[in-house]
Amino acid sequence: MATHAATHDDHDAKPSFAQRWLFTTNHKDIGTLYLVFSLIMFFIGGSMAMIIRAELFEPGLQLVQPYFFNEMTTMHALVMIFGAVMPAFVGLANWMIPLMVGAPDMALPRLNNWSFWILPFAFVLLLSTLFMPGGAPAAGWVMYPPLVLQSGESLAFTIFAIHLMGISSIMGAINIIATILNLRAPGMDLLKMPLFVWTWLITAFLLIAVMPVLAGAVTMLLTDKFFGTSFFNAAGGGDPLLYQHIFWFFGHPEVYIMILPAFGIISEIIPTFSRKPLFGYKPMVYATASIAFLSFIVWAHHMFTVGLPLGGLLFFMYATMLISVPTGVKVFNWVTTMWKGSITFETPMLFAVAFVILFTIGGFSGVMLALVPADFQYHNTYFVVAHFHYVLVSGAVFAIMAAVYYWIPKWTGHMYSERWGRIHFWNSVIAVNVLFFPQHFLGLAGMPRRIPDYNVAFADWNMVSSIGGFWFGLSQLIFVGNIVYTVYFARQKASARVWEGARGLEWTVPSPAPHHTFEVPPVIMPGMLAHDDVSH
Amino acid sequence: MAQQQGAYYVPHGSKWPIVGAVGMFAFMWGAAHWINGNELEGHISIAIGAAIILTMLFGWFGTVIRESNGGTYNKQVDLSFRLGMMWFIFSEVMFFAAFFGALFYTRGLSVPWLGGEGHGAITNYYLWRGYTAAWPTNGPLDIGGAFHTIPAWGVPLLNTLILLSSGVTITVAHHALKAGYRKQLLVFLGFTILLGVSFLWFQAHEYIEAYTHLNLTLHSGIYGSTFFMLTGFHGLHVTLGTIMLIVIWLRCAKGDFSKDSHFGFEAVAWYWHFVDIVWVMLFLFVYVL
Ligand code: HEM
Ligand SMILES: [Cu+2]
Repeated sequence: MATHAATHDDHDAKPSFAQRWLFTTNHKDIGTLYLVFSLIMFFIGGSMAMIIRAELFEPGLQLVQPYFFNEMTTMHALVMIFGAVMPAFVGLANWMIPLMVGAPDMALPRLNNWSFWILPFAFVLLLSTLFMPGGAPAAGWVMYPPLVLQSGESLAFTIFAIHLMGISSIMGAINIIATILNLRAPGMDLLKMPLFVWTWLITAFLLIAVMPVLAGAVTMLLTDKFFGTSFFNAAGGGDPLLYQHIFWFFGHPEVYIMILPAFGIISEIIPTFSRKPLFGYKPMVYATASIAFLSFIVWAHHMFTVGLPLGGLLFFMYATMLISVPTGVKVFNWVTTMWKGSITFETPMLFAVAFVILFTIGGFSGVMLALVPADFQYHNTYFVVAHFHYVLVSGAVFAIMAAVYYWIPKWTGHMYSERWGRIHFWNSVIAVNVLFFPQHFLGLAGMPRRIPDYNVAFADWNMVSSIGGFWFGLSQLIFVGNIVYTVYFARQKASARVWEGARGLEWTVPSPAPHHTFEVPPVIMPGMLAHDDVSH
Repeated sequence: MAQQQGAYYVPHGSKWPIVGAVGMFAFMWGAAHWINGNELEGHISIAIGAAIILTMLFGWFGTVIRESNGGTYNKQVDLSFRLGMMWFIFSEVMFFAAFFGALFYTRGLSVPWLGGEGHGAITNYYLWRGYTAAWPTNGPLDIGGAFHTIPAWGVPLLNTLILLSSGVTITVAHHALKAGYRKQLLVFLGFTILLGVSFLWFQAHEYIEAYTHLNLTLHSGIYGSTFFMLTGFHGLHVTLGTIMLIVIWLRCAKGDFSKDSHFGFEAVAWYWHFVDIVWVMLFLFVYVL
């Protein structure tokens, strides 16, 4: 059949380095590029976090200037969100979605390459501000005016970097939607798709809906600062709070952009290692969709203390708490999938189980924050920091690591070191709690966030937290070691299915997945898919 | 190449995406320098970036057009392009939504609060005493000085009629293309371009009027901000749309596009309708109300 039709150039000669990596249209190569980029950013952002925790190790100012401390908190968040977590999920999508739906590649492969290559340049723009007169942006990743308008040269660079990241994300999301809607193999109905694909479909929609809004918000900052507009200036009839509304209209869906793909990953891993089909497939899909819908009408829970009208406070409080219903459905279904399963705890499953528990803790603190009167106390304290690090580190980042361990045998054809995977896991899971759990206490006791110095009353838990931080940071070197080992040195070959309980098209191709897969649409046989008969 | 039955089509690698990324970087790098007052460095870098981006656009579109005319693409590729364009337009809608949101929020909520309505009473009393909410406004401190607005029923109405009729002419052109009437196609597509250009001409005229006679500028408080950013970004989109129309006209004149395969034409038509609808919203919410 017509197997190597479009791809003969790859078979004729070995492509040069530039052809392979710079001009590529191959979803697997682009996925790898995204993942490597994300890992690098993870360590750059991580070093900034280490500086923050080192300064906070003891009360008093010791290591860095306060302004530089603010630069670190701001850049840490921007790098981690836009450089580490989001590209990691896009990388996983690139690698896995075509394999999962039986497509030969992404729908728009050249656009795909463009989406990726914009990113490194965007981060050169952003990171270059660290070396500028006036330093990097330091007004927090949310960039509230009027404070952020007092930035030096960095402001314009940061804004343009965000524009580039936005363009990259939007094009990446368009590609993912087009792939899922248009390139599914015959028989891969929408309601038979793996949940990772479903969650990404919905995430891509969120991305296209809100990244342009962020672009609009920062464009208004730019014109307010440099072109004399008054969007955020009350003297001219504008309102600084307008920025916060627009920003969080982007910002809250953004946090779901960072967690929905994680939900998808966990929904793949838990059934595999429980050797049971996912409990409640359709409810999972509908829960994802309702979370996405609700995420558009809860943004002002980030603004409870700014002086909103009472009606607004109530609306946003109730709407926010509603989100815990579909989220609860998900947690319930994961637990029920494990119930009476014959579970084994390989590294991906360890991370997945830790995700379920620790993400739920983050969800609980979220519900606490959603209570308006309580949030008057918690807002801008370390309690908020604890909340979002539980959902983002032991949530999103753990899911990414689980995904890497789960799929790396498929990518490389070799098994990672299970022993070191477990060592990595146990160090990470203990350290992450030592790092972030005490921050709940600090916040409840009143320690404000984004502050380089603090009252001695907070000294003990800060020291504990910092120790956890260094521990967590160092543990990630094991992760890198294990990846390098798997890619270059591992001997143990992976089978096509890799995991005994794994189902789905991605496990029908050999490991490592050949450079081109599904050049003709696969014929789907009964029992091949994980969600074959979900009709009842 | 990949036209065998049942086979998928995957395009070969291309240098254009990364060239585009480099161009965008140079452009943004220059723009940031220029804004920060490093004029020379900024201008050079912007010029280099723009040149690279233009080269990329010519090269990339050229490749795609060649491949398409060569019959390389199948129905599935066509649908992927369509989905891509649709969702791109949706992202543009959301970009405008941010600015419309700013307009509605300030007009409906924050300006009245500044004037002392609801929980704004105390702020008004202590900070902005004597300020009464109104629209248009340039705020309690009269930022930019007194100004006049552009009456809706003059040039803006004319521009509305222009854009609406351009929506009709492009549809006629599309029907002509589908029926295979080349001449009619070129004439009506030509009309559309002329209407687009005259819209821009009137818009420019309106801006000059605002700046020279009405003292309505980007500095005129929140009214000037929303007015110029909304109409300005819209004007930018009309400009882009017109350039796209011209390209399509040239391609039609060359004999590109067939009766039943002309996605490039349709994409431009969608984009043009989108620009059209945004204008109707603008006319309503910026000029009339
Ligand atoms: C049940 C679900 C959730 C609820 C009810 C919730 C609620 C909240 C509330 C009310 C705040 C504002 C606290 C304040 O500033 O005073 C907040 C902050 C935050 N949440 Fe959540 N949240 C939930 C899930 C998530 C998830 C899944 C993520 C990300 C993966 C996330 C990330 C964040 C971040 C990053 C912030 C802080 C933003 C900042 O101020 O810099 N949350 N959350
Ligand atoms: Cu939120």
